[in-house]
Amino acid sequence: MNILKMSKVQKSFGRNHVLKDISLEVNKGEVVSIIGPSGSGKSTLLRCATLLETMDGGTLSYMGDNVCELKNGKMEYAKNLNKFRKCFGLVFQSFNLFPHWSVVKNVTDAPISVLKRDPEEVKAEAMELLRKMGLEDKAEAYPSQLSGGQKQRVSIVRALAMKPEILFFDEPTSALDPELTGEVLKVIKQLAEESMTMVIVTHEMSFARAVSDRVIFMDGGVIVEQGRPEDLFGDTKEDRTKQFLQHYQNL
Amino acid sequence: MDLMTMIMKMGDGLGKTCAIFFLTLLFSLPLGMIIALLGKCKIKVISSVTRFCISVLRGTPLMLQLIAVTYGPYYLFEVSVSRNKLIPVVVAFSINYAAYFAEIYRSGIESIPQGQYEAAQVLGYSKAQTFMKIILPQVIRVILPSATNEIVTLVKDTSMAFTVSYQEMFTIGKEIANSQTSFVPFIVAGVFYYVFNAIVSFIMSKVEKAMSYYSI
Ligand SMILES: Nc1ncnc2c1ncn2[C@@H]1O[C@H](COP(=O)(O)OP(=O)(O)OP(=O)(O)O)[C@@H](O)[C@H]1O
Ligand SMILES: [Mg+2]
Repeated sequence: MNILKMSKVQKSFGRNHVLKDISLEVNKGEVVSIIGPSGSGKSTLLRCATLLETMDGGTLSYMGDNVCELKNGKMEYAKNLNKFRKCFGLVFQSFNLFPHWSVVKNVTDAPISVLKRDPEEVKAEAMELLRKMGLEDKAEAYPSQLSGGQKQRVSIVRALAMKPEILFFDEPTSALDPELTGEVLKVIKQLAEESMTMVIVTHEMSFARAVSDRVIFMDGGVIVEQGRPEDLFGDTKEDRTKQFLQHYQNL
Repeated sequence: MDLMTMIMKMGDGLGKTCAIFFLTLLFSLPLGMIIALLGKCKIKVISSVTRFCISVLRGTPLMLQLIAVTYGPYYLFEVSVSRNKLIPVVVAFSINYAAYFAEIYRSGIESIPQGQYEAAQVLGYSKAQTFMKIILPQVIRVILPSATNEIVTLVKDTSMAFTVSYQEMFTIGKEIANSQTSFVPFIVAGVFYYVFNAIVSFIMSKVEKAMSYYSI
């Protein structure tokens, strides 16, 4: 069964038609990377999927349940959106950790106060996740005391602590100094090996090639080309994709 | 009248000065937050009316507002001016300070990045949880210095109650000064306010220190 299904998604900001008929299915355990030039609508697509933006048209469903449907030309969202929010997690480019909370509070508060889970159990799991990410000694630190790479790893742990079915990443390494991207990419690779379902918007082409089951190239609000990484990078079909990939010579 | 008697008499009014101060804080701090949130309301009528009220309260003298609240009911509805003037005085102060605090809260709320709301929303926090657990604590931290300024001003502004002859410390001092043709009561009043504010500043700096366990 597919975890996420989006079809014919439309989204405009005023007269700026950003998403034109995007369809995307992600199966359990699949890792999908989305690449494309700036302004092509990659973030907007993730924001529609994570309910941060409302779509103008098309369908969106998680685990076969529809999140919204078009009624008399108006998009109507389900009443209980939190049911769907439990399905996914989102890792932001700029981390968006809560600065007034320690690392462990950042990670455990939502499972405790949103999912109403047992605090002791949540804490034990959180410490285990932090340990796995090499952050156990940072549990009591505040976000401002961490490096960018550490912040991003904490925000990945925060998302994982909610036990999502699928994890979205919007350029998880773009705000980091080059020497810090490695530690974050390593963590994501590790998750891929554990068959975490993920959709990753990234500009790290060699990473996308190594980690993905499928790569999607977006431009101008449409999916221009998609396929297995070895095909898309090695045997590119579309001229627009070729042009875009020319900017990344280290492939 | 010797200095000691003056101080004793003025000290009698200090309780009322403190009453104005603490009651005004008690009412204006939460009321200011309500006004700030109304000013951000998505319904245009509510937010524009709120912002207009804020501008009137900030744009007219506190003295006028005190007179309006204390004597207004008498002129408008012919109800007699209440003998306990503490109520109208605290009402006028609370409304006036709420308008100032509302502006401080507004700027504090606007300083919180949109990403904080988005992260909270994706994690499934309700609107109320997001505000109480994530936004408000950060807002309080940000606004503490400007709130301290406002509170120090409030200490001094309590003396405005003399305009409606409410028998707080300054009003008594002014009466003694008139009857004794002496300047000393004003000096005594100045010392009172200075000490009061030294205590306020000390407490607020402790609070600020306690809140700065994290940096942004
Ligand atoms: N909230 C918004 N209001 C108006 N226009 C927006 C908004 N968000 C995005 N856009 C517009 O939508 C288009 C696509 O933006 P989007 O952020 O999805 O691109 P992107 O592919 O993520 O680019 P980048 O690689 O630079 O992150 C851009 O033209 C942008 O200006
Ligand atoms: Mg983007």
